[in-house]
Amino acid sequence: MGVIRRTGQFVLRVDPILCDGFGHCAELAPELVHLDEWGYPIISSEPVPTADIGTHESARYAVRGCPRQALHIIKIAPPRP
Amino acid sequence: MISARTLPRLFANANSRPLSLADHEETFRPTGAVGSLLEELEASGLVGRGGAGFPTSRKVQLLRAQRGHKYVVVNGMEGEPAAHKDFRLLSTNPHLVLDGAEMLASMIGASRVAVCVARDNPAVVNHVERAIHERAPRNHGPSFDLHTPPWRYVAGEESALVHWLDDNESLPQFRPGRPHILRIGRGATLVDNAETCANVGLIGRYGAQWFRELGTAEHPGSVIVSVTGAIDHPRVLEVSLGTPITTILQSVGADPHPQAVLLGGYGGAWLRGEELATPYCNEALAPFDLSVGAGVLAVLPRVACGVTETQRVVRWMAHESARQCGPCAFGLPALAEDLAEVARGGRDGVAAIKRLTDRCAVIDGRGACRHPDGVVRFVRSSIATFSEDIDNHLRGAPCAGSRSSQHYLTVPALEKESELVWE
Repeated sequence: MGVIRRTGQFVLRVDPILCDGFGHCAELAPELVHLDEWGYPIISSEPVPTADIGTHESARYAVRGCPRQALHIIKIAPPRP
Repeated sequence: MISARTLPRLFANANSRPLSLADHEETFRPTGAVGSLLEELEASGLVGRGGAGFPTSRKVQLLRAQRGHKYVVVNGMEGEPAAHKDFRLLSTNPHLVLDGAEMLASMIGASRVAVCVARDNPAVVNHVERAIHERAPRNHGPSFDLHTPPWRYVAGEESALVHWLDDNESLPQFRPGRPHILRIGRGATLVDNAETCANVGLIGRYGAQWFRELGTAEHPGSVIVSVTGAIDHPRVLEVSLGTPITTILQSVGADPHPQAVLLGGYGGAWLRGEELATPYCNEALAPFDLSVGAGVLAVLPRVACGVTETQRVVRWMAHESARQCGPCAFGLPALAEDLAEVARGGRDGVAAIKRLTDRCAVIDGRGACRHPDGVVRFVRSSIATFSEDIDNHLRGAPCAGSRSSQHYLTVPALEKESELVWE
């Protein structure tokens, strides 16, 4: 608990059925999320390295701040050497 | 036994009434020279006929690896208003579909088969019910149940269908990773289109070699096509994959050189009149970014206005959204609005066409199911196909077809939103 391995990459993913367009994610993670004209999030699908602490923190904030709990962080394991 | 090289296969001995079990056994008498079911299915190269074109044998193997209770779902919902193939198949040769479902069940080890037919079509429901009843005395395999969800465009989507069986709501589910195993309760579920099941039934009786006698090497077999649009009576016929589209149109008496033909249903795309010599199979259609899809050919004659037709279809598709995901619930009506503005033309239309392309890019891929993606594909293809017509509209000189009250792509009447039935 509490230990985050800073290896590999992650993407933020939204469940579009749960999402009701509160828009908190765009304020909590502006580097990953922007809103469309109806207020629903458009999330960049580019994987971000977990070592990018600032972005990962804001993604975690967005997940916790979502009133519908519609956001998830999908971890992508680093390729085995 | 029915011969390998001639059509019809699935509609063999088809009549206005469904074949009884005895007649069915007589028509499709097994040859006995067939190896193990799964190997035959793999060798046959059958792909799903519901629209996505996923290899059936791969789906079966995915389900075989699962443990516990399993189910087979026969999807005879026919969400496409332009298609009639599943209804026609189930009301002529229901036992062939049920045979295929039984074989699929034995392959994955399922104990129950759920046959789903929309309740809006009571005649077909009756036919299927009678067929299941007829089989009951000599049925040693899985138990058959008939289910009748309400007819909606998205209710035929596989996750919506499984959701209905599981929880009585015809709403699509969010599936983050694909392939994704759908479940009823805890039981893994194999969902296959009725036509796919019927083909499995044929492969189980006659083997892969027989099946491959028709069609192309990559996409063997036959496919059921529903031809609608500018034609006296909508027709359903079985063709061998790889038949040129002009030949199909000629054989049903439609104009072989129309303005365009809509392929794959209302989530599909247009093929221009000049390109209709293309063989009707996925590998030949792939360069046009098209696929066979649900087997719909909707003919748009030269007198019709592509913009108005597209607008009507998109408006209906927007209405058929399950309204679960924001981009679909708000985006699709916005697309329909934009298209109406383009059809009206003038200065507003120029802004609308720009907005339309932007909104298409925003909506694409952001729903839980593929419904919004299909509409976006259709809109994009219409913009590309009818670019001249759109220019005329924007210049304020719309074609004569846009003033006519006759329309060729049929859409059901819009229901009131409060009256939509989802369960």
